[in-house]
Amino acid sequence: MPDSPDAITEFEARIAAGETIEPKDWMPDRYRKQLIRMMSQHAHSEVVGMLPEGNWITRAPTLRRKMGLLAKVQDEAGHGLYIYCGTETLGVGRAELVDQLLTGKAKYSSIFNYPTLTWADIGAIGWFVDGAAIVNQTMLAKASYGPYARAMVRICKEENFHKRQGYEIMATLAAGTPEQKRMAQDAVNRWWWPSLMMFGPSDKDSPNSAELTRWGVKRKGNDELRQRFVNLTVAQAVAIDLKLPDPELRPDPATGDWHFGPIDWDEFSRVVHGDGPLNRERLAARRQAHSDGEWVREAASAYAAKHTAAAAPAAA
Amino acid sequence: MAPALDGPVQAALVQYLLRLGDDRLVLGHRLSEWCGHAPILEEDIALANIALDLVGQATLFLGLAGAAEAAGRDADALAYLREAIDFRNVLLAELPKGDFAFTIVRQFLFSVAAYYRLEGLATSSHGDLAGIAGKALKETRYHVRHSGEWVIRLGDGTSESHTRTQAALDALWRYTGEMFLADDVDATLVRAGVIPDLATAEPKWLAQVTGVIERATLAVPPSGYMQRGGRTGRHTEHLGIMLAEMQILQRSYPGAKW
Repeated sequence: MPDSPDAITEFEARIAAGETIEPKDWMPDRYRKQLIRMMSQHAHSEVVGMLPEGNWITRAPTLRRKMGLLAKVQDEAGHGLYIYCGTETLGVGRAELVDQLLTGKAKYSSIFNYPTLTWADIGAIGWFVDGAAIVNQTMLAKASYGPYARAMVRICKEENFHKRQGYEIMATLAAGTPEQKRMAQDAVNRWWWPSLMMFGPSDKDSPNSAELTRWGVKRKGNDELRQRFVNLTVAQAVAIDLKLPDPELRPDPATGDWHFGPIDWDEFSRVVHGDGPLNRERLAARRQAHSDGEWVREAASAYAAKHTAAAAPAAA
Repeated sequence: MAPALDGPVQAALVQYLLRLGDDRLVLGHRLSEWCGHAPILEEDIALANIALDLVGQATLFLGLAGAAEAAGRDADALAYLREAIDFRNVLLAELPKGDFAFTIVRQFLFSVAAYYRLEGLATSSHGDLAGIAGKALKETRYHVRHSGEWVIRLGDGTSESHTRTQAALDALWRYTGEMFLADDVDATLVRAGVIPDLATAEPKWLAQVTGVIERATLAVPPSGYMQRGGRTGRHTEHLGIMLAEMQILQRSYPGAKW
């Protein structure tokens, strides 16, 4: 059906009434496209996000930390898979989406273009990056598109666990030796501002915000979510005696919010457009894994074609 | 609390537990190197899952080794503060991860052997050992299934996957014998009634492995000299480099809590 004005009016009435849109329902072409863009970006972010943390799995300092980090990165792969499947309900296959990532056509969260330099970065990512993701995803769990909203509910539960794990790593380091505390503070200094950028440009400068809000995909603005994250995080930093790197940070009695200093949107723009510290390396790593794995995927397809009747071979 | 064992039996038990723990720690570490780089997302998940199981089992076995040794070393101290010459894993576990065929074939060869060993150890008269073996056995059943299915898919997939999988099998075969070597450590524990005699594990392993290799349209490599040394600390050069990476933080900041 073409996007006739009547159809769009009816669709927007459903959204306004708080109804959930399901894969078989009619939806405007723009709505479908916006969701594919958002959901696939989210899935790509989970997959690329495995790289900075995966970097420390082999150097995790205790067996418990090694298992915690492995489980976290495994969860991220699971989230990626789950959201790719959700995106497929909009009529686009995973192979095509992955191709868009590898050719640079699709974006992923810029935060993963920053390097993990010390073990404390693993704590900072869990605390800040997963913390920011939770604020954003709690809102998306009420999105108008059913498969996305349901995925967010499930993913948020795991992200909460990741955030606690990250914060606990930071608390341990902050209470540790002077070297450990220095590591923790340095990680906070490097990850704080990029974490604030994760919420995206101010709503007035965000090209997609208005449409996404009207269609109930986004329920809150970028600035409001960013402020919520800052408000939540300040007290957590104080509790473990780490300093957020913002000289302007102070309570604002008028609003009850924590006022924070200006974000360097030039840096944000630079990293989004490919000139972050590790953009090239991250994409190269994904391309390498994809091309190294090509013969494996071909073998699996060839085997399946030969043995169409049997779903899986029995090994035992 | 297990009943007190004679000195030599206790010493053999410590060695035996270190072997079980080190096999799993080292192989789990190798598998974890795949995280984020697997051929498909489903395998990122599956390999991380097997790695998690193995590191979890290692933690339990090493913890028990530390308790049996009674020298104040816990699982972390054993994992992070021993030299390569003190590690007791089979050489098979420490070889670099190679391509996906190498990783999968190694996992299959190891997991089937582990399965029959754990099946025996689950009946051990040592309650803690039997308990850990029973739990690990359940996990290992899945590892056998997952890796075995892939061996069949890769062997019977394309000509490239067939060639790569056969090459992995040929390269790894000479490291398999070490998994079944029984020395004084094993004999002491069998004599004391701590563990059962596991002499039937090797023929069971060979039968099952041969069955899968044939279904995968691959050839069982000819038997020849079997490499050994890991059980007595004579390792390949790969282990030291792996440990340098794994142990860096514990070595760099002695006594720090993480």
